[in-house]
Amino acid sequence: MPANNMLVRSIGVLALCCAASVALATPVIQHWHSASGARVLFVEDHDLPMLDVAVNLPAGSSFDAAGKSGVASLAHHMLDLGAEGLSEDDISRGMADIGAQFGGGFDPDRASLSLRTLSSAAERGKALDIMARVLQRPLFPEAILAREKARVIAALKEAETKPDSIADKAFNKALYGMHPYAQPVSGEVASVEKITVQDLTDFYRTHYQAGGAVVAIMGDVTRTEAEAIAQQLTGGLPTGPAAAGLPEVETRITASEQRISHPATQSHILVGAPGISRNDPDYFPLYVGNHIFGGGGFTSRLMNEVREKRGYAYSVYSYFMPLKLPGAFQIGLQTKKEQADEALQLVRKMLAEFVAKGPTEKELLAAKQNIIGSFPLRLDGNRKILDYLSVIGFYDLPLTYLDDFTRKVEQVTVAQIRDAFKRHIDPGAMATVIVGAPAEAAK
Amino acid sequence: MRTYLLCIALLSGGLYTEAQAKVFEHTLKNGLKVIVKEDHRAPVVVQQIWYRAGSMDEQAGVTGIAHVLEHMMFKGTKTVPAGEFSNRIAAAGGRENAFTSYDYTAYFQRLHKSKLPLAMKLEADRMHNLKLSADEFTREVNVVKEERRMRTDDEPHALMYEKMMATVFQEHPYRHPIIGWMSDLEALKVSDARAWYDRWYAPNNAILVIAGDVNAKEVFALAQRYYGPIPRRTQPPRREFTEPPQIGAKRLWVKAPAELPHLVMSYRAPTLRDPGQDWKPYALDILAGVLDGNGSARLNKHLVREQQIAADVGAGYDSVSRGPSLFTLEATPSKGKTVEEVEAALRREIALLVKEGISDEELKRVKAQVRAGEVYKLDSVFYQAMQIGQLETIGLGHQTIPVMLEKLGEVTAEQVRQVAEEFLQDDHLTVAVLDPQPLSGKPGTESGGMPHAR
Repeated sequence: MPANNMLVRSIGVLALCCAASVALATPVIQHWHSASGARVLFVEDHDLPMLDVAVNLPAGSSFDAAGKSGVASLAHHMLDLGAEGLSEDDISRGMADIGAQFGGGFDPDRASLSLRTLSSAAERGKALDIMARVLQRPLFPEAILAREKARVIAALKEAETKPDSIADKAFNKALYGMHPYAQPVSGEVASVEKITVQDLTDFYRTHYQAGGAVVAIMGDVTRTEAEAIAQQLTGGLPTGPAAAGLPEVETRITASEQRISHPATQSHILVGAPGISRNDPDYFPLYVGNHIFGGGGFTSRLMNEVREKRGYAYSVYSYFMPLKLPGAFQIGLQTKKEQADEALQLVRKMLAEFVAKGPTEKELLAAKQNIIGSFPLRLDGNRKILDYLSVIGFYDLPLTYLDDFTRKVEQVTVAQIRDAFKRHIDPGAMATVIVGAPAEAAK
Repeated sequence: MRTYLLCIALLSGGLYTEAQAKVFEHTLKNGLKVIVKEDHRAPVVVQQIWYRAGSMDEQAGVTGIAHVLEHMMFKGTKTVPAGEFSNRIAAAGGRENAFTSYDYTAYFQRLHKSKLPLAMKLEADRMHNLKLSADEFTREVNVVKEERRMRTDDEPHALMYEKMMATVFQEHPYRHPIIGWMSDLEALKVSDARAWYDRWYAPNNAILVIAGDVNAKEVFALAQRYYGPIPRRTQPPRREFTEPPQIGAKRLWVKAPAELPHLVMSYRAPTLRDPGQDWKPYALDILAGVLDGNGSARLNKHLVREQQIAADVGAGYDSVSRGPSLFTLEATPSKGKTVEEVEAALRREIALLVKEGISDEELKRVKAQVRAGEVYKLDSVFYQAMQIGQLETIGLGHQTIPVMLEKLGEVTAEQVRQVAEEFLQDDHLTVAVLDPQPLSGKPGTESGGMPHAR
């Protein structure tokens, strides 16, 4: 059901900054290169009789060639819809019979396939056999491609009617222009219509290479078993020259404002600009600073001023989405049309003030207490640890990332935050998108 | 003090060695039931307090008050000013939120285990010291109206769901949306919030669930210290609502800006009342799994993959609730197909079920998933606490968890066929159809083929 049967006080603020840290015991990460060339990160843990595995590849939507948007997404989507010797039904039935589950992630940088299975030998063996086949011998069958294209196109057309999707698309275009980061992750209707099996196999051969793969393994297996698993999952991946890198992101943009009409009762407002890459030296000051400004849930400035004091919106947030190249810095909120302009002005004024003055010492202290104190919550489950292994491996973060995290947060100063925001965020050069704009102002 | 300890091993089958999933229970003198689930994998704890008061307990004209009060619980007490609850939890490295459903309202914090006393102190305080100011109330109702616009008014599927529930149920309060009708939100007063709080927020109408790296005895002592002094309140008898049997199919259309039509078929279905004796709810659970529990389940396999009549399908059933249950089937037609064709396809699936039943392989597959799911759920302390809290608030008790697993394991293929035959009948059916409308300024589309005249 489109279930409205539970209301939550606040939708989760998109804390996409995969900040992690533990002043307490952090998991011991084992690390090696498989014979295939893939990097492997492994945490051995026998508390629960289960195993989580993820294989991450630099095969996200930003690798779509111009005019071919949607190829990367469909290649990822179709991995488990037919592989050598296995029909799509063999795959889903085989997994269901043993209670195993595939999951996955797809974003501008990364395509990943993950597996959760019981760790008992029979189940684990069968699940890994299917995963190995799906990853290394996908077929992209013609008839299934036609069916899935129709489904993707239907979903894209549906998204074009939704104010939040319309806003996202316009926002990315305003930030990234012709850069691949501007492309919608699932592609555009016109280019998806033209995708062929050849497009998918070509993309697969170029972007699903063992040398670029990062394997994360978490759970109830030994080191020897983990080594065999990593090789089993990547030994048969394509090999060849690495794919070309992406062009640089132009982080300085000029101010822009788009008002797009929509019959919704609310205006969906996005304000932002290109932000930082995952390896930016300013990552910690910006992460902590944003926590204070709009990332820290109920205690953030945006939440206080926009929601608590004025009742303008249910959801209001800001975040940095750090990618291989500078991902977006984004502020978002929804409010009824009649007060949209007032809310927008407030947010702009708050951003300008934050960039000019930075946070107070008191705010910084509170943010540090929260981020450092909540560190154990980031690592209280196998799945969460698996996700950190993937991020650390994929973005080449130090293996001590989790051990260093709380110290790096602790070292951040008010001056550093102010300085980092000034260098990265120019309040006078933000892109603004308002979908469902107030009637009189809409073009 | 009435004290007893319960110890329940969650799975009897010996499927995993870590089955020492112990649950401890103790009721304070003031009636607050405390349930502790120890899990020592990480140095964290979750506190959840569950009140047996949800939107189904609201009176006509004040729909939405359960949820508005949930918001107001963060707006200050006699000693903790507005916003301070969240500030103090944040400073302690905690994460917190709250949720309201038809059946209950619950609040939670996740923190380092050393911070449990702070969380208890704050939660106990707002159980009986809430300050409700008219000024804060007015602002917060505005926030809730924005929430309603975002989640329902501007969300075609949610809007259709809201109108469908109001059609399925005619007497039972499940016909009212949890968030409340907009006209009621406009009319709510702070006195309504006060009356709701006074009526339901009492230790003897609550369940405290603590899960994580804690010791049950120490938790009980802490609970006594912080919650023990709160006086019990006389609970006036609860009005019990029923919904009379449906006496014929119903059908509704909802027009909203969207691209694709959507169809939901909701059948009235039984609710789990006697976990040890009932069998039909378990058979319906398995049926939902056979239809939509995995990638090769029937609806996806037949309608999406083979016949390509639908772009998306779903089936759902929740046997665990205070009020009446529904068994739902839903589908989005694929391009060039109509809702009529998709409905006919769903009906063919029902007919096939009733005539031929399900295979032993299908039954085995769903049960394998149930068993694996029981292991996977151990990865989330929060989810385990949720399950306990839900079963307690709806009155079945957490002891039901192993019973339910055992009973699910006993379901036969013939029982699944029987419940399909008994409940998937037109007389129990409401069909809701989303009739997509073009956005203004955007030309109409031809996909879907929804008949607009009706």
